[in-house]
Amino acid sequence: MRALNQKLLRDSWRMRGQLLAIVLVVVAGMATFVGMRGVMHALQETQASYYAAYRFADGFANVRRAPERVAQQLRTVPGISDVETRVRASATVDIPGFDEPVTATIQSVPDGRAPRLNQLFIREGRRVKPGRDDEVLVNEVFAEAHSLQQGDTFTVTIRGQQQRLTVVGIALSPEVVIQVQPGGLFPDRERFGVLWMGRSALAAANDMTGAFNNVSFSLAPGASLDDVLSRIDLILDRFGGTGAIGRADQASHSLLELEFEQLRGTSTVLPLVFLLVAAFLLNIVVARLVNLQREQIAMLKAFGYSDLEVGAHYIQLVLGVVTAGAVLGVAAGLWIGQAMGQLYLDFFRFPSLAYTFEWLVALTAFLLTAGASLAGVIGAVARAVRLPPAEAMRPAAPPTFKPTAIERIGLQRFFDQPTRMILRNLERQPVKSALTVTGMAAATAILVLGLFFTDAVDYLIEVQFGIIQREDLTVTFTEPTSPQALYEMTSLEGVTYAEPFRAVPVRLHHEHRTQDTSLEGIPPAPYLRRIVNTALQPIPIPEEGIVLSDRLARTLQVAPGDYIQVEVREGARRTHRVPVAGLAEQFVGVGAYMDVEALYRLIGEGPALSGVFLMTDADDTAALQQAILDRPRVAGVVSQDRAVEGFEETSAENLLVFTFILSLFAGVIAFGVIYNSARITLSERERELASLRVLGFTRAEISYILIGEMTLLTLLALPLGFALGAVGAAGVLAALETDLYQIPFALSRATFATAAAVVMASAVVSAIIIRRKLHTLDLIAVLKTRE
Amino acid sequence: MVDAPSERSTNGMAEVVFRTERLSKIYDMGEVQVHALREIDLALYRSELVVLLGASGSGKSTLVNILGGLDTATSGRVLYRDQDLTRADDRDLTQYRRRYVGFVFQFYNLIPSLTARENVAIVTEIADDPLPPEEALDLMGLGDRLNSFPSQLSGGQQQRVAIARAIAKQPAVLLCDEPTGALDSATGVVVLEAIERVNRELGTTTMVITHNVAQAEMADRVIRLSDGRISDIAVNETKTPARDLTW
Repeated sequence: MRALNQKLLRDSWRMRGQLLAIVLVVVAGMATFVGMRGVMHALQETQASYYAAYRFADGFANVRRAPERVAQQLRTVPGISDVETRVRASATVDIPGFDEPVTATIQSVPDGRAPRLNQLFIREGRRVKPGRDDEVLVNEVFAEAHSLQQGDTFTVTIRGQQQRLTVVGIALSPEVVIQVQPGGLFPDRERFGVLWMGRSALAAANDMTGAFNNVSFSLAPGASLDDVLSRIDLILDRFGGTGAIGRADQASHSLLELEFEQLRGTSTVLPLVFLLVAAFLLNIVVARLVNLQREQIAMLKAFGYSDLEVGAHYIQLVLGVVTAGAVLGVAAGLWIGQAMGQLYLDFFRFPSLAYTFEWLVALTAFLLTAGASLAGVIGAVARAVRLPPAEAMRPAAPPTFKPTAIERIGLQRFFDQPTRMILRNLERQPVKSALTVTGMAAATAILVLGLFFTDAVDYLIEVQFGIIQREDLTVTFTEPTSPQALYEMTSLEGVTYAEPFRAVPVRLHHEHRTQDTSLEGIPPAPYLRRIVNTALQPIPIPEEGIVLSDRLARTLQVAPGDYIQVEVREGARRTHRVPVAGLAEQFVGVGAYMDVEALYRLIGEGPALSGVFLMTDADDTAALQQAILDRPRVAGVVSQDRAVEGFEETSAENLLVFTFILSLFAGVIAFGVIYNSARITLSERERELASLRVLGFTRAEISYILIGEMTLLTLLALPLGFALGAVGAAGVLAALETDLYQIPFALSRATFATAAAVVMASAVVSAIIIRRKLHTLDLIAVLKTRE
Repeated sequence: MVDAPSERSTNGMAEVVFRTERLSKIYDMGEVQVHALREIDLALYRSELVVLLGASGSGKSTLVNILGGLDTATSGRVLYRDQDLTRADDRDLTQYRRRYVGFVFQFYNLIPSLTARENVAIVTEIADDPLPPEEALDLMGLGDRLNSFPSQLSGGQQQRVAIARAIAKQPAVLLCDEPTGALDSATGVVVLEAIERVNRELGTTTMVITHNVAQAEMADRVIRLSDGRISDIAVNETKTPARDLTW
């Protein structure tokens, strides 16, 4: 079949611009698929092997103070295979040269042996020596943020006592793949760190000698997590247990899973769109080629080529394009995957990322692309070979035209002849026009999808930190503290207003549904931490009853007026029937709120505070924060500005890369669709346009016919693309909604404008290329060919 | 004259290549039925050169298309040697065309993206015992244009490439539908000479469709079609060589 292959190569070369555009779309699809799937696979594999090798615990529990012998009792719980007790302390850290307050969680490691659970990976240096109270291991991200190395020293304050520590090593733990401060939303690696000290040293500093305040455990195969958790709660109850949690609720693990969930969604939807567009483009290009070559097909058949051989010829063209796209796409995907892997490694701390090339992923992507493309093309090829050769030898009948709907209703007097040609051509080929519009709309929608995330996060920050959380600082106490603390805080230099809160761990029940959360008691008309309705208007806290966040109410399937069971999980642990008094809009967390006085009655305790929200006008916030941290019973201070800044810093880089890649690919799609569509129109109407030139039309006038059509299609596609993008964005957000976050739906005009600009730029580039082709139209040759 | 002209070969021994019996073709054009061929009875003999004359719409292309396996009859029979083409399915017809038939079309139907040599090769590659493409083109006097693309050749040259393509597979029959229809008379003569040479040197049974009466003089037999019927079959006792034709 050498001559036929020669024909294939020459035909492909002649259509190289169009085919290249399609190859690029395939590359985009394959690259996103292979890259994102690959990095997801690598992260999951790495996570699984890391968890297994370093014995990440299946569950965790905090307790106020339990004697060590309780550990023995925990080991006898059916379903538990191993138990590790620990001491955990909150501390403030004074890093030389860093003048802002830094807090840390210090975890104990057993003296003289490796931990049974949650083992540490020592990146540098060594473990702490048994009995040494001046040695510390530092979590890697925190060490990097402050350029801490082996041998560096800093001071920590635990329960008011200062202690000088020397860094003996840099470590990682499966517990802190993502390091997030307690109560914080976003990682702030400069102002919060995880440290590890020897058990006896930390116990001495934290008044926990012979006792523990944190326990982790692993499950025996087949054990029921829920059973084990409730048995642990029963045992730890009288020592001040706050409720055991499974892995799924562990901060680092749940954030990791959230990210995987996002990646799974994007790595499915995005490549699918690309591959469908590629299939669609191949379909229109091959259909046109087959149309143009109907006489060649007839000749081949007249000389005895079978339908199968002729069909295979065109299928080869499709496979060639897909294969070229696949090879380049896999290469680009590997590169993207590795680059994304490196970005993720900065965010997720694993000892290393096992990034391996997944043949299966690449093969799946190839088969998907080839399948989608062939499905799109097979119809056109089948039609061509089905045509009897004697009939195919005759030129196709001239297409039937009629006045368009717009003209039929009497508007034709507003259109000149060229405009009528544009309109009639669009109306005569409604399917082709619709597909072109759909393809461009898909490109617009991808851009909107790539850009809207920034809008949504901006809006979230604006609402959450501008309307709901108006405090500058949040102070949390190590344990419920006398209301006197409120006045102490108010009297600090720089504090202008202080608002107390009391948070109690609860389990909410309604029928068979339950949800664990923290019930916050706040003043009836809060000024700093406000509760808002869905219209973002602050609502007062009723004297009785509970206000639930909208999402929590949906989880429990309750509406205002319903009653729920509130099981208090500390102190006397009583359960009450409480009416739902209202619903609150909340993007972060699943909050439940009550009037603080009502909360005191509910838990049957006198007034006590879990923490205080502060508004400040201090010039030197750092000094104020330090002054607060120096007070006894203060567990931590979170600065809202810092939290937002920290988030923006970490996410900005990732978002920027992602947005850039997406815009590039969407531009490729838009260009591929518009250029191909215009080229086809050009080749279908070359003769007609040349005839017009012979009749005295100028180049500009004939350009108007083609480019006017492109413009009209682009203008139709943009609003459709905006709508598709908005629907897609809402879908992505719904898929991403978890207990932790709900990203609000928000789209800015800038997003629409950017998407439109990219699509229109692609259209302009295509128009320029088409216009150049129109200028080189060979009038004589075109007229000499027969029709 | 012993036999009726239609029953007898001009080359003495009558070896029948095609035989049609009451062959009819009706095109169903919705409200009207067009009788392109009406009960044609005809025999064609090995190595003869037949010119099929007729006005536009007389059914000559339909007849050639059916003989060539490009189209099927509505009723009646067509036999190629012992093979009943009217009973052949699409696969059989494909094989039939592949093995035995060479076509020359009015508009050449060359593949523009292939060179002269490649346009011939595309057919020899699927043939059983072909001439080398170069030899076929040489036979047509195009030995020096092997690597030219159709766009670089004149109409007459393109038609000679098409003839080379048709004969390179050494077909049993050569069917030419208005081979000079798109050419001026001087170029047309060159093309007819090429067809004549194939018929003479390779002994290929050849049928040439034309509406040009002058071209009938080069034939062994002239069959006239009008309104779907054979109106006359004449044997040329003395053939005029193609180079002496004028029109």
